[in-house]
Amino acid sequence: MNIRLPALAMTGLVACAFGAPEAMADGSGSATLDAVKARGQLVCGVAGQVPGFSLPDSQGVMRGLDADGCRAVAAAVFGDMNKVKYVNLTTQNRFTALQSGEVDVLIRSTTWTLGREANLGAEFAGVNYYDGTGFLVKTATGVKSAKELDGATICVQPGTSTELAIADYFRRNNLKFTPILIENLAEIQTAFLSGRCDVYSTDSSGLATFRATQPTKEDFVLLPEIISKEPLGYMVRKGDDKWFDIVRWTYFAQLTAEEEDVSSKNVDEQMSSTNPDIRRLLGVEGDMGKALGLDNKWAYNIVKQVGNFGEMWDRDIAVLGVPRGINNLWTKGGIQYAPPIR
Amino acid sequence: MSIALSSGATPARERPPLGTTGPVGWLRANLFGSWWSTALTLALGYVVVRFLWGFIDWALIRAVWTVPMGPHGPDATICRQMKGAGACWAVIGDKWRFILFGQYPYNEQWRPGICVALFIALYAASANRAFWRRELLYLWLGTLAVIFALMWGGFGPLQFVPDDQWGGLPITLILATFGLVAAFPLAILVALGRRSKELPVVRILCVVYVELIRGVPLISLLFMASVLFPLFMPEGLNPDKLLRAQVAIILFAGAYLAEVVRAGLQALPKGQSEAAEALGLSYWRKTRLIILPQALRLVIPPLVNTFIGFFKDTSLVLIIGIYDLLTAGKVALADPAWTGFAAEVYLVLAAIYFMFCFAMSRYSHGLELRLAAARGR
Repeated sequence: MNIRLPALAMTGLVACAFGAPEAMADGSGSATLDAVKARGQLVCGVAGQVPGFSLPDSQGVMRGLDADGCRAVAAAVFGDMNKVKYVNLTTQNRFTALQSGEVDVLIRSTTWTLGREANLGAEFAGVNYYDGTGFLVKTATGVKSAKELDGATICVQPGTSTELAIADYFRRNNLKFTPILIENLAEIQTAFLSGRCDVYSTDSSGLATFRATQPTKEDFVLLPEIISKEPLGYMVRKGDDKWFDIVRWTYFAQLTAEEEDVSSKNVDEQMSSTNPDIRRLLGVEGDMGKALGLDNKWAYNIVKQVGNFGEMWDRDIAVLGVPRGINNLWTKGGIQYAPPIR
Repeated sequence: MSIALSSGATPARERPPLGTTGPVGWLRANLFGSWWSTALTLALGYVVVRFLWGFIDWALIRAVWTVPMGPHGPDATICRQMKGAGACWAVIGDKWRFILFGQYPYNEQWRPGICVALFIALYAASANRAFWRRELLYLWLGTLAVIFALMWGGFGPLQFVPDDQWGGLPITLILATFGLVAAFPLAILVALGRRSKELPVVRILCVVYVELIRGVPLISLLFMASVLFPLFMPEGLNPDKLLRAQVAIILFAGAYLAEVVRAGLQALPKGQSEAAEALGLSYWRKTRLIILPQALRLVIPPLVNTFIGFFKDTSLVLIIGIYDLLTAGKVALADPAWTGFAAEVYLVLAAIYFMFCFAMSRYSHGLELRLAAARGR
């Protein structure tokens, strides 16, 4: 400890001395893109333990919507979705890892809020999952709406945004409830199953997953009210707009591909499509990729290797039994909407 | 009368009354000595048998060993229908390689497997006193070099595996082994420094180091290493996360071990040091030949206690996102296909930790006995 302080001060000075020129000496105008290309690998911050978003399978391969988002960015930059290094981050060290440059992009089911964007030196490039706090009850109780939950005991994890959202919701509706705070996820589920609480509340994605893994899912019902907004998405450092564009348009390209019915299976046939939107997307026409500082076949590579947004959803989220809901395309009743690629 | 008897041949040695020796006698003396003791024995015996039977029933008789594959991986419906009446060992069958080796590339996992075997062989060789020679140091250096070469790879047919893909048991063994091997010499130096009378600055530095480190939990040190430290470094120049955690563990273990060693130094009679000085030995020779061998022998039990504690404390690296053995087990459980089968996974993890800790404990016990015998000679 005693030896470390001067060393830290020294490194701080070195950082100041080297920080500025580093950002300027480049070819593409994006320090992050140059660093990623020089490294030959995208370093992607994920949770590493959230089913459906990022979780290693039995063979240790990272699976999930967030993990596939990383693959899509790698496919756009390198034309190879496997050039990704995943860094497992906790809720405590995720922002530091992004700020310090340990990761190039943070896709860690992180909620987009004003506070985070204004205070943390980071910005959100897209929302891959519109989540929100929901309620799960046993079907036997006959409850059909959250408005009927007056006097209920609710199992919730302490210190989460869920806890806050429930308190707000019940106060707003002049209802009373008794919170049962349990930190551990497995314990909270056991408590709900054993009847210690009437309601289990967390993000609706988590509730749907929990319901889908029960032996008889008809015993549980997810109430229709979603009482908070939790848009989860892609986060990058502020100050590198070109990198921000690449991450954002990677996500938009996947949405556009789904909208135009371009999938990993038919993308080769779609190359000869006459639809100008598809031709621009796949780089047959125009210089969309070049404008981003990438290859013109960037979106072709994303769709060919990772698939469109719907394919990612089916592979990672739908198998958990979570309905698409508002995460559907705007053309299908959801709010996932991509600006035109032209 | 006694004289008359003893005049004949030595009488045959009288046998003790029936039922006071042998297993029956032991039982009678220790378990059924009085009616109170008998009642307690019976009551506890009933509880133990019931528990054991319940455990065997759950773990072996009604257990589910395999499950069929569903469209999206293993289908644990059979296990769930048991409703906890029987263990579901299929979760171990599906996840054991992830639990042991984490995210290490699946087809290359023989490499960390060999490394674990090498570590165990190294421990076994070091435990044998016949090997306590200078060559042992070379053996350690050589084996560790081989272990890291295997883990990293990047030469010949071996694909390069960066250390953030390492996980599971090798991580636990690396953190614990390096933590203790590096912390032990550090601890001896700090303990000596803290007792130094001629070098007040060194003494104060050692005291500050020990008190500062002991004053904060290991978790906060790991946090500093993983969260605070990178902020001071220039962008893109981050020492590796594993290395940062390793240094934090070494610093922490060093402070605790230093206090254990200092206890040994203090317990040694002053006469030993004075006698060594009277022989004209220099400070370092005195310390190496007279003081330390005796002081360390005195503190074997607390040393091993600290070693065992640290072996298990390495699991705290989970909070900075390194997948050691325990964390790999927890992550395996996060798979929705297997939620609710925590007991099985934790039992296996406990068995692995127990094997290592129990081996350490037995070894230190044997060492104490041998060293005590040497002293009595």
